[in-house]
Amino acid sequence: MLRTMLSDDPPRSRLLAALLIVILVSLAIAPFVASGARALNTAATICVFIVLVASYDLLLGYTGIVSFAHTMFYGIGAYGVGLALATMGPSWWAVFAGLATALLVALVLALAIGLLSLRVRALFFAMITLAVASAFSVLASQLSDFTGGEDGKTFAVPRLLTPAYRLLEADILGRGIDGRLITYYLIFFCSIGLFLLLLRVVNSHFGRVLLAIRENDFRAEALGYRTVVYRTLANCIAALVATLAGALMALWLRYVGPKTFLSFEVMTDILLIVVIGGMGRMYGAVVGATLFILAQNYLQSGMARASDALSAAPFLAKALHPDRWMLWMGLLFIACVYFVPTGIVGKLRGTGK
Amino acid sequence: MNDDVVSAASTSPEELPGAALDIAPLLLVPVVAIAMLPLVGSFPAWITLTVAGLAMGMMIFIMASGLTLVFGLMDVLNFGHGAFVAVGAYAATLVLLPLSDWTSADSLALNLSAVALAIVAAMVATGIVGWVFERLIIRPVYGQHLRQILITMGGAIVIEQLLSVIWGPDQIPLPLPQGLRGAIVMGDVAIEKYRLLAVAVGVAVFAVMFLVLNRTRIGLLIRAGVENGPMVEALGYRIRRLFVGVFVAGSALAGLGGVLWGLYREMLTASMGGEIVVMVFIVIIIGGLGSVGGCFLGALLTALVANYAGFLVPKLALASDILLMVGILLWRPAGLYAVARR
Repeated sequence: MLRTMLSDDPPRSRLLAALLIVILVSLAIAPFVASGARALNTAATICVFIVLVASYDLLLGYTGIVSFAHTMFYGIGAYGVGLALATMGPSWWAVFAGLATALLVALVLALAIGLLSLRVRALFFAMITLAVASAFSVLASQLSDFTGGEDGKTFAVPRLLTPAYRLLEADILGRGIDGRLITYYLIFFCSIGLFLLLLRVVNSHFGRVLLAIRENDFRAEALGYRTVVYRTLANCIAALVATLAGALMALWLRYVGPKTFLSFEVMTDILLIVVIGGMGRMYGAVVGATLFILAQNYLQSGMARASDALSAAPFLAKALHPDRWMLWMGLLFIACVYFVPTGIVGKLRGTGK
Repeated sequence: MNDDVVSAASTSPEELPGAALDIAPLLLVPVVAIAMLPLVGSFPAWITLTVAGLAMGMMIFIMASGLTLVFGLMDVLNFGHGAFVAVGAYAATLVLLPLSDWTSADSLALNLSAVALAIVAAMVATGIVGWVFERLIIRPVYGQHLRQILITMGGAIVIEQLLSVIWGPDQIPLPLPQGLRGAIVMGDVAIEKYRLLAVAVGVAVFAVMFLVLNRTRIGLLIRAGVENGPMVEALGYRIRRLFVGVFVAGSALAGLGGVLWGLYREMLTASMGGEIVVMVFIVIIIGGLGSVGGCFLGALLTALVANYAGFLVPKLALASDILLMVGILLWRPAGLYAVARR
């Protein structure tokens, strides 16, 4: 049963299995043990990022193509749901209408970009996605009548998901069963479902063809697989999953804006997580996203303390300023690409090449 | 070194059948410019738009030329190229801000020499950064595209962050020198002085690059390396040295572009390189990856179209680069001038 759920691709390392179970259990009980909105927010972000990063890994790790448009699809999902709720009012119809539109737009864009640029080479695809994504993000902040511009838009969610809604009168384990909790578990179970779906995809025949294309596209083509079709399909699947992740995040934040959903920082975060967690290993997304988001939320205050303590050495103090967190992440990223190309999970599995 | 082959080839170029000149892309720029004249309607507005477009195009060309040459020669696409642009602009502040007596003086000669000094400083600084970047970041991943993209991206993040560490996270104002402010007015036509300077520098860079590539031995080697690297190596030339040289020169050009771009914006941010690099990528795709001439035409075309579109249909201006790129790629899938073997 468990093997089937994991698509016959178990962690294959005791340590990794233990780590995954700890993450799963912590995320499952987070609303009951964590105190305060910040901790729950971190847990929800981790859930969404696991899906987002795993879908990106399908492209980068499994198919061997670099896309810089992943945040665009994430943003399409978020804006689809957000704008639909903002214009049609807080109903489930609006959620589904927005989601359907977003999925359609994402599919068309992913197909167009894929067919236009995946014929040629990986580099080309990287550049075209970068261009399209930046044009999209400019567009989203310029069409301010519709999208709310730089400020973004806040909106109301269906009643079931609002903090004011109480499912039960009584508290369970000292926590009221309110709309926030329901939203959290909606995100949690959707994330698990999407992650298992992606695991299924990469362990299917289709996934094996993607690996073959990554290793040697010329030979894959010679064996009779239309590499353009496979690459474009992988691009579409990744885009659709990212769209769903964006929609979940929008429901959680009850807000859409270019900085949260479309900025290039989100893209670099995804890249960092994939590489640090482990390229071409779905579990890398889980471990990487959890560690990265935790560090982002809690390590930065540590950096602030270190920065204050080092005020005697101004250069070091500046370098340790919390705003310079990306400096250290960038260095870690470069070190990972050189020395541990299989990331944390590759190391744990002991199958590093 | 094997001199015979090269000298034999260079002494009798007439005997070799030259490639036919591909004229259609050359005509594209004037045709677009002239076709827009009736649409814009007024001649002075058209002149202003065209000069502004040309100036913008020249700046983008300077930034993009190094990138496309490096790609052609080494098959390396440096996603960190934008960071070099920012380094150049920041290095220029080291010269221009202390020399504020020169830049605020009422003499054009002093103004221009301050800018020239800043350009030299920026090119030296970015050349050194490029050299270090090639050694540390790119050398271990030659021939591996996926890791190249990732690692140059990581390098760009680190450089941008280091700029913020050294110069602080705030924007830095970089005012134009006194003599370059304002516009020259001829009848109804007003042309900003700085744009003329940018066009002049751009034409000069293109001319020097064209001469070096086509009239010198080193240029011959570079072109041969783009065409067929292993063969050049087999003839006894150290192509690695050529690589490093071109990479450093390309980085220095990014620095030069950074100074011009910084003076144009008059405001520097550490992320300014990342903003322009998208435009640079579009330009080198349009021009054909690896082709300097194509890059020149692509830069002019992109900037002109962006300017006209911004004037005629402002809503479309946001997407004009992408639409232009799609149009060109439908016409010529490998860009205006496709480099052989790619």
